[in-house]
Amino acid sequence: MLNTQLEQQPKDSVQGPLMEIRGVKMHYPVARAMPFGPRKTVKALDGVDLEIRQGETLGIIGESGCGKSTLARVLSGLEKPTEGQVLFEGQDINTLHGAERAQMRRNIQLIFQDPYASLNPRMTIEQILMEPFEIHPDAVPRSGRRAKIAELMALVGLNPDHLERYPHNFSGGQQQRIGIARGIALNPKVLICDEAVSALDVSVRAQVVNLLASLQQELGLSYVFIAHDLQIVRHISDTVAAMYLGRVIETGTYDQVYDRSAHPYTQALLSAAPELRQEPGKSRQLIMLQGDPPSPIDPPSGCRFHTRCPVARPSCATAEPGLDPVGEGHAARCFFPGPIGPTNN
Amino acid sequence: MNKPHEAAPSLLEIKDLRVEFATRQGVATAINGVNLSLQRGRSLGILGESGSGKSVTARTIMGLLDTPPARVTHGQILLNGEDLLAVNAKRRRSLNGASVAMVFQDALSALNPVHPVGRQIGELYRVHRGYSRAAAKRAAIEMMDRVRIPAAAKRVNDYPHQFSGGMRQRIVIAMALALDPELLIADEPTTALDVTVQAQILELLKEQQSENNMGLILITHDISVVREVTDEVAVMYAGRIIERGPTAELLAHPAHPYTRGLAASIASEELKGQQLPAIPGSPPDLLRLPQGCSFAARCPLADQACTATIPVLQPVALQRDTACFKSEEVLVHA
Repeated sequence: MLNTQLEQQPKDSVQGPLMEIRGVKMHYPVARAMPFGPRKTVKALDGVDLEIRQGETLGIIGESGCGKSTLARVLSGLEKPTEGQVLFEGQDINTLHGAERAQMRRNIQLIFQDPYASLNPRMTIEQILMEPFEIHPDAVPRSGRRAKIAELMALVGLNPDHLERYPHNFSGGQQQRIGIARGIALNPKVLICDEAVSALDVSVRAQVVNLLASLQQELGLSYVFIAHDLQIVRHISDTVAAMYLGRVIETGTYDQVYDRSAHPYTQALLSAAPELRQEPGKSRQLIMLQGDPPSPIDPPSGCRFHTRCPVARPSCATAEPGLDPVGEGHAARCFFPGPIGPTNN
Repeated sequence: MNKPHEAAPSLLEIKDLRVEFATRQGVATAINGVNLSLQRGRSLGILGESGSGKSVTARTIMGLLDTPPARVTHGQILLNGEDLLAVNAKRRRSLNGASVAMVFQDALSALNPVHPVGRQIGELYRVHRGYSRAAAKRAAIEMMDRVRIPAAAKRVNDYPHQFSGGMRQRIVIAMALALDPELLIADEPTTALDVTVQAQILELLKEQQSENNMGLILITHDISVVREVTDEVAVMYAGRIIERGPTAELLAHPAHPYTRGLAASIASEELKGQQLPAIPGSPPDLLRLPQGCSFAARCPLADQACTATIPVLQPVALQRDTACFKSEEVLVHA
């Protein structure tokens, strides 16, 4: 345990983050329920700070509605946050225009959840993979593009002879490989994987996870890996951020977040996953949370988790805790961080 | 040979079930000779990937297949000895809900959006038991209490969209349990739910199953859910059961290379930083099933015998059957 921390420290000090978001808020207006009813907003992200380091993977865990997918959209520049900055190599991506913006787009690519829906059914694989080069003509000279596409196919483990085929000719796992090939076509620095393996069958999922891991080693990519599969996130991530209702509630290295979770929500989330509870040598006790996550339209006062928290005290309903350090590189947004025992409700 | 404990008659017995689907590209064999049995008060997990036939099996038991395109070409489904495939529509309707009930994956589409939930639960009592409106409503509130929906009496007139995903699934479970069925089929009941809510729903299913001495069939692609809930497991692949037995024992020591591959490909902690032992390739095309074992093309142990003939389920250990020529070898190395 100590060793891993010591090993990681030099890495931190040598390299600043490749990408960083600061105080990002993403609020969406909601249609009023009544003509003169109150104007409401969904606070999908409500003050998020995160760092993505060169060649590393940041895993994001949390339940639906916590803001994971909004985060993917904001990081990739598909949405401009209501407030806050998204910095790529020190530059705010939302202030870039023209050629600079195009360059930023090349560097940050997305892999989507549903591989079939993200590929145009009327285009051949060759056309799909050619498209990034048509949009960014200076990336690869025209004469070299066919060779580059064949290389991409081989890189993601597909047969380059199948370029003339259409997406429906491929299985789900192969379609996701095509999506990945398109994602890495322009040699990006950051790949944002939003539930990229969730739609795949169990036996195929491991193949795609392996592919992502080996591409990272070969190409030095940084990943933001968003998934609800907690075991896969642990497997692939260097650092992990747990989110709840638009806030990051815990960050740290994967083993800090998984093995020494400080926030009661992280502990409850991890304990709810049967696959983690069943791991040999671990004595995770199920911490049963009551009810569902509250709506991000009217998040609870004070600590947003206090309505479901097994260790909440009255003060948690009034003041909101900050994301405070609980260890080296490990922070939690809780007034009473630390392990909680199993509860009987 | 395979029935040393004949004493208890089976609640459900499926014999050599075959189901085909007519598609534009040809005939797809969704279920290809499935044999299953379940005792009262026991739970069975059906584990498989998409296209393995697990959901078609459930829908066939419930009589919910769209025919055409589907067609049951062979087999029997005996519920307390009565063949569900041979009964007439009227008998079928009286059995559905009362003797065998189903919980679907997507609670929102399983509920009618334009009726209050209480009315939908109460309808079961009105139709099957001839309750009055008031009595049906009282019974609905009681059921909502039983699946622990807070303030049931207040929420009985609410519509499905007013409930959260977890609460909606509780309502679907309340409907399924309303008439005290002997057999409950849950088809991916927690796949659409968040993990903290999944834990609540699995707990509820387990508790209701044992309190009411029901038979439970839990259909899922998730090994850990099967391990958590069921006594026995049947693993399906390309329309066949390829392995079955007591859950804990079978998953700890699989005798089929597919089950072994599935169990091994899980991203456990020891594999951090390593490649996951993935199963190569993808499941076969149901329109063009291979001549021999459906898994042979992806199997590290396959030889000529495997590609030539289909292995049948054979006993490999106490209460365990596996359809593999190499099961001895797999068991030894597991």
